[in-house]
Formats: sequence, C-alpha cells, structure tokens
Amino acid sequence: MDKSWNNRAWFLVLPVLLLVAFSAVIPLMTVVNYSVQDTFGNNEFFWAGLEWFEETITSERIHAALGRQVLFTAIILAIEVPLGIFVALNMPKKGFWASLCLILMAMPLLIPFNVVGTIWQIFGRVDIGLLGRTLTAMGIDYNYTSDWLDAWVTVIVMDVWHWTSLVALLCYAGLQSIPEAYYQAAKIDQASRWAVFRYIELPKMRGVLLIAVLLRFMDSFMIYTEPFVVTGGGPGNSTTFLSIDLVKMAIGQFDLGPAAAFSIIYFLVILLVSWVFYTVMTNLDREDRP
Amino acid sequence: MKRPGSALVMVLYLLFLLIPIYWLVNMSLKTNAEITRSFTLWPHDLTFQNYRTILTDPAWYMGYVNSLIYVVMNTAISITVALPAAYAFSRYRFLGDKHLFFWLLTNRMAPPAVFALPFFQLYSSVGLFDTHIAVALAHCLFNVPLAVWILEGFMRGVPKEIDETAYIDGYSFPRFFVKIFMPLIASGIGVAAFFCFMFSWVELLLSRTLTSVNAKPIAATMTRTVSASGLDWGVLAAAGVLTLIPGGLVIWFVRNYIAKGFALGRV
Repeated sequence: MDKSWNNRAWFLVLPVLLLVAFSAVIPLMTVVNYSVQDTFGNNEFFWAGLEWFEETITSERIHAALGRQVLFTAIILAIEVPLGIFVALNMPKKGFWASLCLILMAMPLLIPFNVVGTIWQIFGRVDIGLLGRTLTAMGIDYNYTSDWLDAWVTVIVMDVWHWTSLVALLCYAGLQSIPEAYYQAAKIDQASRWAVFRYIELPKMRGVLLIAVLLRFMDSFMIYTEPFVVTGGGPGNSTTFLSIDLVKMAIGQFDLGPAAAFSIIYFLVILLVSWVFYTVMTNLDREDRP
Repeated sequence: MKRPGSALVMVLYLLFLLIPIYWLVNMSLKTNAEITRSFTLWPHDLTFQNYRTILTDPAWYMGYVNSLIYVVMNTAISITVALPAAYAFSRYRFLGDKHLFFWLLTNRMAPPAVFALPFFQLYSSVGLFDTHIAVALAHCLFNVPLAVWILEGFMRGVPKEIDETAYIDGYSFPRFFVKIFMPLIASGIGVAAFFCFMFSWVELLLSRTLTSVNAKPIAATMTRTVSASGLDWGVLAAAGVLTLIPGGLVIWFVRNYIAKGFALGRV
C-alpha cells in the first residue's frame, strides 16, 4: 500500500510515545545513571566513569554466564525450529481436529512461567515425579538437582515443551496461506515430498519463520523464571543464565553499578542481533510485494 | 496434502505436551500423604481438599483476583493507545516513522531483568508501589509494542479506499475510526488483546518486584507459600491447575483467529 506523507500522524502516535517513554526511557536512564557511578551507601554517589563497563567486559563470571546463555539459545533454536516445522507439516488442515490441535498446542503458552517451572520441577523429581520415577526405574541415574547434565537436559526439554508450539503455530499459519493449486501443480509435475517442502512450503514459511526465530531468540536469551524455579541456577552455577546472574547481582547483592553496566551490555547484545533479524525481515517484506 | 503417519506424529507430540499437565492435575487431586508415601498414576484417594484450601483462603484467592485485575487493566491500556498508533503506522509516512517503529520493538526485546530494579525505584518514588496500576503500566513495556505490531499487520489488510470513501461521506476521523474501522479489524483487536492478556498473565519477574501485599499476583503467592509452609505439594499443584483456567478460556474464544494471530497478522 502506498502511504501518503503526513506529519500530523505524530499525534496518533503520541499516546504510545508518552506511555513507553514513562515505562521504558525513564528506567533505562536510571540504569545508565547507575552504570557510571559508585556508591558507599547513604545515597551518596561518585563518578566512576567506565570502570564498571571494564569490569563487566573482563569479568569471568559474566563470560561464563554468557557462554552458557549462547549455548542454551543455540540448542533451543536448533531443536525447536525444525521440530516446530515438522509438527506444523503434520497438523490437520481444517475441521474439528485442527481446532482441537490448535487449542491443545496453545495450552503451554498460556501457563504462567513459574507454573511451567513448577510443573517440570514436580514432573522431574525422583521421588514424586512421573519422569524422574520412570527414568530411575529404567536404571538411568537421573537427578536434576545434583547432576549438571541432568539439569541442562531438564531445562532444555522444558523449554522445548513450553515454546515449540509457538514455532509450530506460526509455521501452520504460513502453511495455511498456500493455495491448494500449488500442491496440485506439484502433483502433476510428480514432485517428490522433499521438493514440495523445499520449493513450495519453505519459501512460503520464510516470513513467519523469521518472526519465530526472532521471538525465540529474544525470549530464550532473556529466560529467567523457568530455570530459576526448577534449578535455581544450580547445581553450582551450571544453569545460571544471564538474567538469573543479573537478578542475583542487582537485587540479591545490590551491586548497582556493575549490575547496571551488565544490563546495558546485555541489552545491546539482544538489540544488535534483533536489529539484524528485523532488517532481513523488512527487506523480505519489500521483495514479496510487487 | 495427506501425509502418512501424520496422525501418529500429532498424537505423540500432544502426549508430550499433555503428560506433564496431567501429572499436575493428578497431584492436585491427591492428599499429601498419597503424594509422598506412594507412587500412583491416578489418585486412589480422590480429594478436593487442596482446591477448597485455595478457594476459601483470601491469601490464596486474592492472588488470582489481583492478577486478573492488572492483566485486564494492562490489556485495556495497551489496546487503547496502540490502536491510533497502529493506524498511523499503517496509513501514513511521517518524520522518523521507521526509526520509531523499530524503537518500539526494542522495548519488546528488553530483558525484564534489566528493568526490574529501575521500575521498583520509579514506582516507589511516585507512590505507585504495590498497586495494580503499577504492574499494568510496567507490562505495557512489552505489550504495547506487540499490540502495535499485530494491529498494524491487520490494518494493512484493509484497503485505503474505505477510509477515503468514509471521509467523502462526511465522517469525522474519530467517528470513522470507531464506527467503521474498528469493526473491520475486530478480529485483529481480539488477537492483540489475546496476546496482551497472555504475556501479562504469564509474566512473573516484574509483577513480583512491584508488589508486596495488596496487589500480589498469584504467581508470587505460589513461590512464597512454598518456601513458608514447607512444600505442600497438593495445594501447590492445585494452585498451578487453577492458573491454567483463564488461559484456557481465552484460547477457546479466539481459537479461530489464533493461527493468524500468531503470525502477527502477517500472513
């Protein structure tokens, strides 16, 4: 759609602007303010310059948390995106069963994060949980509270359980927009199942897949509540991801300066990656439109 | 296209989704003695005592009321401010529009952990700490950008000629917007409201940081009571089950739009 140039449209955007300025800009300025100051209590602050930033960039604790975070997000994306596509391809197209699948699949998305944590905490426990009990009965030594590998597997399976449906629902929406004629044409050409997927379905899903990857990247990079409830960041520090580390630092230890510098770097990393996704996405949008 | 084995794949996937939820429901219907002493796949000693505990104790059920109050407030605020903004983005070009749009989206990308402490200080200093409106406003941080994004997607699909015809017929902008335009994108508004509801309902970190007693959400009640009473599994499970209900109801109402909504109106 060609849009007309009209600067008065700013008035329509103004309410959003004021609201977001109140709920985002003011707090962000507070963070910036803390990141360059030091305090010894009593509300007395001293200029600290870039000291906290240097400390954050060189801190081994944060490097380790960042490493775990990147690994976690990479694993999550590597499992959830292909699995989500696969499930979407197998969903019924319409009718009662399609509605039922949609509703059941959306269920995990609407469970409060801490309840997701609670569900898996209970489910995985060796004494009262179905999963823990079953694995133990099969002779597997499984205990997510003491073994770091078990903790990782639990947290990853939990996230797959929680969010794969989002990817699947997005892909399903993309698949729904493919006209039946395309499939008929492919049938006449005797295209293989793989060719149909590669040249018809995948290109049509490209847009929604990018949204899915963007959302999953952002949300898994910010994950806090679910692993916090299940493992509390442990055993040791093995499941302490960036947000958990940050909250520990800011609210647990009240190290405002380092926590603020950490926050800003954290935010910038997410921003940078998301900006790349967003640019690719808008360019695709432009290509698609004649 | 019919694919062999697709029913099997769906059954397996749905089982994977439902078994943990079943286990929660199962535990909520057992007594604590049955939970800890024996291992049973279904409740042998069926009890509703856990639910009764929650529904009769104000400390528990007020958590649900508080959560619902701020979620509804947040949804109303988000949709109200997002509607005109989304209209502006979908119809006009103006100075800095693209930058503004991306800047809005960045707020959806901000980790709540970054904002927890500044929010606490900001709302304490303006005297809004521990009120429902504080949580509702804080959740606008990620819900308003999302609502603008979804609504803009739906509005793009409405031809511009409709606007022009209405103006020629003598409609003023506000009247056109409410009488003609909003009914046209009703499904989009529904989907956006669904998403606002969902993300506000599931969020814990900010709502917990911004409340202490009067506006304490159910999610926070759950974490606190667990540590206080020494793990009352049955009640904890029952509280978890009750948090599923609002979400389930909302999905039922928007089930026909859900797929399109998840694509943010962009399909």
